[in-house]
Amino acid sequence: MKDVIVADQLTKKFGSFTAVDHLTFTVKQGEIFGFLGANGAGKTTAMRMLCGLSKPTSGTGLVAGFDIAHQSEQVKKSIGYMSQKFALYEDLKVWENIRLYAGIYGVPDKEIAPRTDEMLSSIDFLSEKNTLVKSLPLGWKQKLAFSISIFHRPQIVFLDEPTSGVDPVVRRQFWELIYKSSDEGITVFVTTHYLDEAEYCNRVSIMVDGKMAALDTPSELKKAAGVDSMENVFHQLTRGANRKAD
Amino acid sequence: MSVLVENICKKYGAVQALNGVSFSAEKGEIFGIIGPDGAGKTTLFRILTTLILADSGTALVDGFDVVKDYKKIRHLAGYMPGRFSLYQDLTVEENLKVFASVFNTNIAENYNLIRDIYQQIEPFKKRRAGALSGGMKQKLALSCALIHKPSVLFLDEPTTGVDPVSRKEFWEMLKKLKVEGITILVSTPYMNEAAMCDRIALIQSGKIFKTDTPDNIVKDFGEIIWAVRSRNMSKLLTDLRNHPSTGICYAFGDAHHVLIEDAALTTEELKMSLTAQGHEMVDAFPIEAGIEDCFIHLSTKK
Repeated sequence: MKDVIVADQLTKKFGSFTAVDHLTFTVKQGEIFGFLGANGAGKTTAMRMLCGLSKPTSGTGLVAGFDIAHQSEQVKKSIGYMSQKFALYEDLKVWENIRLYAGIYGVPDKEIAPRTDEMLSSIDFLSEKNTLVKSLPLGWKQKLAFSISIFHRPQIVFLDEPTSGVDPVVRRQFWELIYKSSDEGITVFVTTHYLDEAEYCNRVSIMVDGKMAALDTPSELKKAAGVDSMENVFHQLTRGANRKAD
Repeated sequence: MSVLVENICKKYGAVQALNGVSFSAEKGEIFGIIGPDGAGKTTLFRILTTLILADSGTALVDGFDVVKDYKKIRHLAGYMPGRFSLYQDLTVEENLKVFASVFNTNIAENYNLIRDIYQQIEPFKKRRAGALSGGMKQKLALSCALIHKPSVLFLDEPTTGVDPVSRKEFWEMLKKLKVEGITILVSTPYMNEAAMCDRIALIQSGKIFKTDTPDNIVKDFGEIIWAVRSRNMSKLLTDLRNHPSTGICYAFGDAHHVLIEDAALTTEELKMSLTAQGHEMVDAFPIEAGIEDCFIHLSTKK
């Protein structure tokens, strides 16, 4: 499998503050890559650079083969993005949200309608096609937002805390959607504060004070730390962080 | 009895936000309201802090009625809303002063109550609240909710979106407040925080479906749960769900949890049948259910 994300010494400074400090890592096609860290460790800044929204101070990054500093428009076209806070327009219907995002990402007009039905049936949601998004339960909104974020068939999808506050049953259905898209070859780059979800990733990285303090499979991380859960791995690595609780 | 809630109902248009909620919390208890987004937690807190009225039902806070005695309750309750609600353009210190003066007190009078929490943000006391990091905002909001020495503290999702380490520290702060005799009603969507509470109520879709100590909820569960692993976890989920002796099955960290409906099934039999279906490195063993298992099971058993 080819590498779809290649970060080499990726660094972002704000004045004298180094938010992201020489990140070097790769992510393979179809991989579910967990991006963990305490609040303030630099996750959001790193993710914004990888999405082409912020230019690195130094270092390079290739996403879907495009340079994040010089080809940010091509990067944006090759990725999907779903944020925890704002994913869908509440006062638009389900199909209208799909229509809007599909248009923005340049899906050909005549493909949108049939693909909308196909996508909604695959998540058992066809009956809600004309429902206003604001009347959906949170978990359903998040499942829909995820499906919309991969509607234009991006190579990579970035998910920023997609399951925060979602009930335990729907949270798991959400991960089943992630598995399915990974089986279809989409690379999933995901942040979460639920450490049981770290176990569902192929590999997990943990950021501490702008640096990548660890990167490996969940089982190797546990083995290396000599503990039995990702919760304990996380605590061990982030306890000594200087930039805490931001 | 510190908080007594009886049969509270609340509708927003066609949405039944609370549907006959009843529970009671003892003085000095940490009582957790555990449930996902949209379960009705915030509505319940807003009724108990006298900010909105229930459609029906009654509630007492420290013996006072939330409708008749709302002025008294506003003096004795501390409230930390889910959304950061302090004055963004005032400094840390100014915010604390405002809250103290509203309650006719001053920072010095109850400083001992907030010392441990406030000391962590005191170096930034000249900084505007809007410029604080999430973790510091949370500590300031808790300090402001405590400055008038409330007898009941309402904390609405204080740890949502906060990283696991800061979350743990927050719960350690709450344990210390408990020693002061303050009753704490706290809501959270994180099931693993339930264990930090003395008693919990599990809530979903406006209904409380279980109230007890975390230990008792686990003990009462009474179902057989196994953890199962194999090399192909995605296929394993499907195969376990199709197995004739199993009930609900779901991913849980590094294993799948599966409810065993046929008590005669042995782990060896299950391992053999999974291996026959092409699974490698199969492992299956009984486990004790956790709060999240109980929640999943009780909330799907309609």
